[in-house]
Amino acid sequence: MRRRRSRLSFGALPVLAAFAIVVAGPVRAEVIHVTMEQIAYMPAQISASVGDTVEWDNKDIVAHTATARDKSWDVVIAPNSKNSIMLKSAGTIEYYCRFHPNMVGQITVKARE
Amino acid sequence: MSIRIFTRTGAAIAAICLFAGSGFAQTAAKPTDPQIAHIAYTADQIDMQAGQLALKKSKNKDVRAFASDMVRDHTAVNQKALALVKKLKVKPEDNPTSQQLSKQASDKRAELSKLNGAAFDKAYIDNEVAYHKTVNDALQNTLIPSASNQELKDLLTTGLKIFQGHQQHAEQVAAGIK
Repeated sequence: MRRRRSRLSFGALPVLAAFAIVVAGPVRAEVIHVTMEQIAYMPAQISASVGDTVEWDNKDIVAHTATARDKSWDVVIAPNSKNSIMLKSAGTIEYYCRFHPNMVGQITVKARE
Repeated sequence: MSIRIFTRTGAAIAAICLFAGSGFAQTAAKPTDPQIAHIAYTADQIDMQAGQLALKKSKNKDVRAFASDMVRDHTAVNQKALALVKKLKVKPEDNPTSQQLSKQASDKRAELSKLNGAAFDKAYIDNEVAYHKTVNDALQNTLIPSASNQELKDLLTTGLKIFQGHQQHAEQVAAGIK
């Protein structure tokens, strides 16, 4: 009895695995959250993959920007609001706030496999 | 001997204060929370007005962008400060530091008003660097350590970080227009 049950579940494994793949689908793009608080990006350093989205949530009393040093993007985030960008290419991006250049951050973007 | 050294040191400090032209240097006693609130509000108001003057006079893109940042940020900080003093039922109290700041600012405004074009841009941005430096030193060394209410201390601390950002931004603009 016990043996039979074990054989059954073993046989179901590939079916379960196939089902899991169908449910999860291909690797999904993620949304990475960065908070702007006390005139700083938190966390200041993040890792992401191409296709992921970075969303900044400004909890400060003044407006901020997230501006790539290579000028590839520039996002303005008003107080108590959010704004985001999608990461389109791999590489390490340094960014800062144009209004308060003492705010600096870094995103390491990996190519998606 | 020690008296002479003391006098000399005192004279040197007085000379530095005069040279720096800092209104904050005049405050000998530890300011109270109502005085700190008044000083912070006055300092904020001064930079907002300087920004408004620059927006009227300057045609330089970077100077104008900086000036509008100053008007926007200092307005936001002042709104927060006014809401806080209301909540804490603190009545901002006028004091010699605030008065000196206002006097120096109106002298500076008169001086800047006479300038135009690149001469105005340079004088305005150089003054912004110096002004933020003075205000940040005062916040760090006098106003934040003297504040007794924690919420006031926290707002001043946030203000300091914002104004340190302004100082760096002003330094960048100044380097760009030379």
